[in-house]
Amino acid sequence: MTTQADVGYHAIQHARWRASEVAFWIVVLACAFIFPSRYLIMTDIVQLALFALSLDLILGYAGIVSLGHAAFFGVGAYGAGLLALHGIISEPVIALLVAGIAAMVLGFLTSFLVIRGVDLTRLMVTLGIALLLEALAERYSNITGGTDGLQGIEMSPILGMFAFDIFGRTGFFYSLIMLFLLFLLARRIVHSPFGLSLRAIRNNPLRAAAIGIPVNRRLIAIYTLAAFYAGIAGALFTQTTALAALDVFSFERSADLMLVLVIGGTGYLYGGLIGAVVFRMLQELFSTITPQYWQFWIGLVLVVIVLVGRARLYRWVLWLPNLVIAQFGGRKGAVVVPEGEAS
Amino acid sequence: MTLALETRGLEKSFGGLWVTRDLSLNVRRGARHALIGPNGAGKTTVINLLTGVLRPNGGRIVLEGQDVTDLPVYKRVLLGLSRTFQINQLYPDLTPLETIGLAVSERMGRGGDWWRRMGTRGDVNAEIAEILARFHLGDVMNELTSTLPYGKQRLLEIAVAIAAKPRVLLLDEPAAGVPESERHDILAAVGALPRDVTVLLIEHDMDLVFSFADRISVLVNGALLVEGEPDEVSRDPQVKAVYLGEAADA
Repeated sequence: MTTQADVGYHAIQHARWRASEVAFWIVVLACAFIFPSRYLIMTDIVQLALFALSLDLILGYAGIVSLGHAAFFGVGAYGAGLLALHGIISEPVIALLVAGIAAMVLGFLTSFLVIRGVDLTRLMVTLGIALLLEALAERYSNITGGTDGLQGIEMSPILGMFAFDIFGRTGFFYSLIMLFLLFLLARRIVHSPFGLSLRAIRNNPLRAAAIGIPVNRRLIAIYTLAAFYAGIAGALFTQTTALAALDVFSFERSADLMLVLVIGGTGYLYGGLIGAVVFRMLQELFSTITPQYWQFWIGLVLVVIVLVGRARLYRWVLWLPNLVIAQFGGRKGAVVVPEGEAS
Repeated sequence: MTLALETRGLEKSFGGLWVTRDLSLNVRRGARHALIGPNGAGKTTVINLLTGVLRPNGGRIVLEGQDVTDLPVYKRVLLGLSRTFQINQLYPDLTPLETIGLAVSERMGRGGDWWRRMGTRGDVNAEIAEILARFHLGDVMNELTSTLPYGKQRLLEIAVAIAAKPRVLLLDEPAAGVPESERHDILAAVGALPRDVTVLLIEHDMDLVFSFADRISVLVNGALLVEGEPDEVSRDPQVKAVYLGEAADA
């Protein structure tokens, strides 16, 4: 007999924190102290992870493909840059939110174009919007600084207390805290009825509408939220590097993001985070070994991932950690494994 | 006589092909109404028009006295029009618990909650538990839908539609493809619906239609041929011609 308590227990099961998740964040925090000389690349990874989390929200949960996610990254980046450069809002956290909201507004406005089509149309529309913004940024170089980008951005201390230092320590912790807070929010949202309805829409839009889900409204909402996330990622980029140039809108940035999710997997929130780490590590590794042809090796890794299948790779990689957990915990190992697209 | 569902002069064409012609259906409140007709008569098109998946070229659709012709699918559901599909339309990556949970949440106006986690509302949980138990889905509630046996998936298909607490329920060949042994569960569930819920059944199986329906509309080539009590319809010479003709072909 199914009881109300049973249902409640099982319904909330996915939303419970697992030991592996806690371990993940402890490792992340530990890295901050173990590699004090690598703050710059770690900051870069954190920002890429946040950007990928944004794409995961629409791709992994709502099933919206995008090849132009850099549009929102770029708006956030230029937004934060312009606010700081002209001293409109000098406090970084408030400027960050304002830049994020600017990206969010753009996300809301363009969502009406994006939700209309099917996958291929969406790819083209999102790509087009990003290219359009890049062209606009180039045309209005008096505002954006054109190909040189915004020059002479100076950042005020965060909350008036923590100044950005040359080692990138403040910038790293600032980015990491933002990532963690936005991750918590995303985690909360995907385990809500709203989040579940997105997965239902991705699974079967016809049935989703047939149980009373306002499909378009939900897609607009998540697309707008994802734009906010991407905008924050872009703003963090500008604030920590004091740079904002045309390449924030570039096609490569959007395409790399897809690769990050191909590596990490979609639909379980950690895909973008793990993918960002692996992607940047591979990039570093290959560009040290072969500065000219590193892209070839990245490409090869992707082909292997697609051919072998991520689920199988994960099993191989996690074989040892799971064995250790099984030894000590006396139960079946449960290190994070993508739930989304089992291949 | 109060009508739960009514169409007035409904018309639909695909290109030059008219699949629904001047169709006026009257489904009384609380009726067990069957819509039958030979293959290609346009029955599924009628369902798609009623639910809002397709927009008619002309005519009106009235649900419980309210004109819903221009409303999108989800609004009609919230007004009490729910359906099952001839071919299961489920969420392969979700569990029965999640599937029913969503339907119940949406009906209670909680589907847009983005802060509260699933499973933290007692009233929603109670209804989910009740529906899972009624459809014998409790033991598989945490399995992925794609891994369930066909009979269970069919039950889930109907459970989802009923979780929306419809005023009018459209059943599109509910027993299609279900083995005889599991048919009983489905028919029992449909039979156990409260009397004031109106059911419009679309079905091929004549035994099922005549054992279930208290009123029958016969659709041929997208137009209404006959509407009446089961006795009248079964005696009607036109219906006999259509069905015997078809039977002779088969």
